Amino acid sequence: MTVLASSDAAAVRPDGQVARPVVRCRGVAKLFSNGTLALQNVDLDVGRHQFVSLLGPSGCGKSTLLRLIAGLGEASAGTIDWPDAQHDVSGVALPRLSFVFQEPTLMPWASAIRNVMLPLKLAGTPAEEARARAAEALRMVGLAAFENAYPRELSGGMKMRVSIARALVTRPEVLLMDEPFAALDEITRFKLNNDLLELWHASNFTVVFVTHSVFESVFLSQRIVTMAARPGRVIADMDVSAPYPRAVDYRTSPLYNAHCKRASEALERAMGHAIEAH
Amino acid sequence: MPDTAPSPVITIGDDAPPVVVQERRILGVAASTWPKVLMPLLVGLLSLAVWEYLVRRNGIPPYILPGPLLIAQTMVTDWGTLSGSLWITLSISLAALSVAVLLGVTLSVLFAQSKWVELSFFPYAVILQVTPIVAIAPLIIIWVNDVKLSLLICAWIVAFFPILSNTTLGLNSADHNLLNLFQLYKATRFQTLLHLRLPSALPYFLGGLKISGGLSLIGAVVAEFVAGTGGNQSGLAYRILESGYQLRIPRMFAALFMISISGIVIFLCLSMLSHLVLRRWHESALKREN
Repeated sequence: MTVLASSDAAAVRPDGQVARPVVRCRGVAKLFSNGTLALQNVDLDVGRHQFVSLLGPSGCGKSTLLRLIAGLGEASAGTIDWPDAQHDVSGVALPRLSFVFQEPTLMPWASAIRNVMLPLKLAGTPAEEARARAAEALRMVGLAAFENAYPRELSGGMKMRVSIARALVTRPEVLLMDEPFAALDEITRFKLNNDLLELWHASNFTVVFVTHSVFESVFLSQRIVTMAARPGRVIADMDVSAPYPRAVDYRTSPLYNAHCKRASEALERAMGHAIEAH
Repeated sequence: MPDTAPSPVITIGDDAPPVVVQERRILGVAASTWPKVLMPLLVGLLSLAVWEYLVRRNGIPPYILPGPLLIAQTMVTDWGTLSGSLWITLSISLAALSVAVLLGVTLSVLFAQSKWVELSFFPYAVILQVTPIVAIAPLIIIWVNDVKLSLLICAWIVAFFPILSNTTLGLNSADHNLLNLFQLYKATRFQTLLHLRLPSALPYFLGGLKISGGLSLIGAVVAEFVAGTGGNQSGLAYRILESGYQLRIPRMFAALFMISISGIVIFLCLSMLSHLVLRRWHESALKREN
């Protein structure tokens, strides 16, 4: 009913175009071995080149959903399909995706460029080419001068930039981000928000962005999927109609405020649901 | 000759990196390191002086307690015999340490491959560790005909465990998110081992190596005490036994000193190795201002 309606809306881009989904989740559930029902009956379609935020209180299963989409762990029920991705002979989808964790998750023993080269090295890309592409990725995130710096020599924001460069170096179709800026200070977060939007705008990837910040999700995304806890489920799916590029003036516009109000109400409903369900 | 290196200060935008300032160096060693070397040295020299003074003032005979000057003199006059024994003890210790590293790392890699292998074999490694070496040494000496080889086995048993247990712990403590990342990029088991687990284990391995370095020397010495074999091929432990029988106490002290100094040198070398390997990235090798 409402869930179905929301997933229909999901296939429609804010500009009115119907997008063939990159990833299609149907009836996804996750039951942890300790008995926690982290997700129940989640339907979610993400269109090509969409920027979708998963917004919700802690414990609503948004990170779990993101990990399931990434293929880290098995769903207890339901399906996650990649209609356009390549599949191997046994029918397992091989989507080109990258993941950015809440922590930068860098290898402390390797310089920035060698961290960024990692995905290419694992895929067997020749070292020369890997180095060139990693250097290019570092340049894109504004760290060209820090190729040989070790993670401990970089600030928190810079480490996160290296992490994003590593995610982008494989030229992914889908970028999955799990509260990537939550641990950063506000100034750095704003700057990284802007840079992320520029990167997304300039390239062709889809972003699924997990956050617990209403303001961040309204600033970044075209669409906000709000989730509630116990059990984790989708309770609202709203479009954020505002043109890109978005910058400081958008952050201070009445439109932004109106979207924030709507998103906050959805989030409040999510919290209410959780308390009822408890 | 003091010289000051330039202090590179780099900044970009809001993400300014920590400012890097090079410390003043004297004779190639950081200025703040000198007290760490000089203070213990001073304490050592002072204690030796007090020792020499007490021996002389109380007229203690050398067969009870020789003064440090007499010990030093003995070390010089008996250098021929002692240096041969030192070399034998050291070569046994280092060979035992090498075998311990080789087998310890190989076994811990095997353990890391499967929880079952670890569960099945780790208790036996513990048994090997907790059984006192003096208790097994006579058996090993009976079973193995070659004295040197039996000493090596004893030293190896003592040195082996810290490397095995530390490296196993290290291989299992790779960052969980990094493991997920490797899984996401479809890394093979071998790639994960080579690029993630082994580097993660390095600080733990080096910690184990520091302990094992000293233990291999102790193992070699203790086993030789038990074996009690003489001849030209004997190490420092036998020199101590022999000097005891012959009441050549200054020589006993000289051999004892050589063992201690060897232990210290082994420890310093391994600490240096650990520092050189980890200085760019590991917390243990970092100098903090606060």
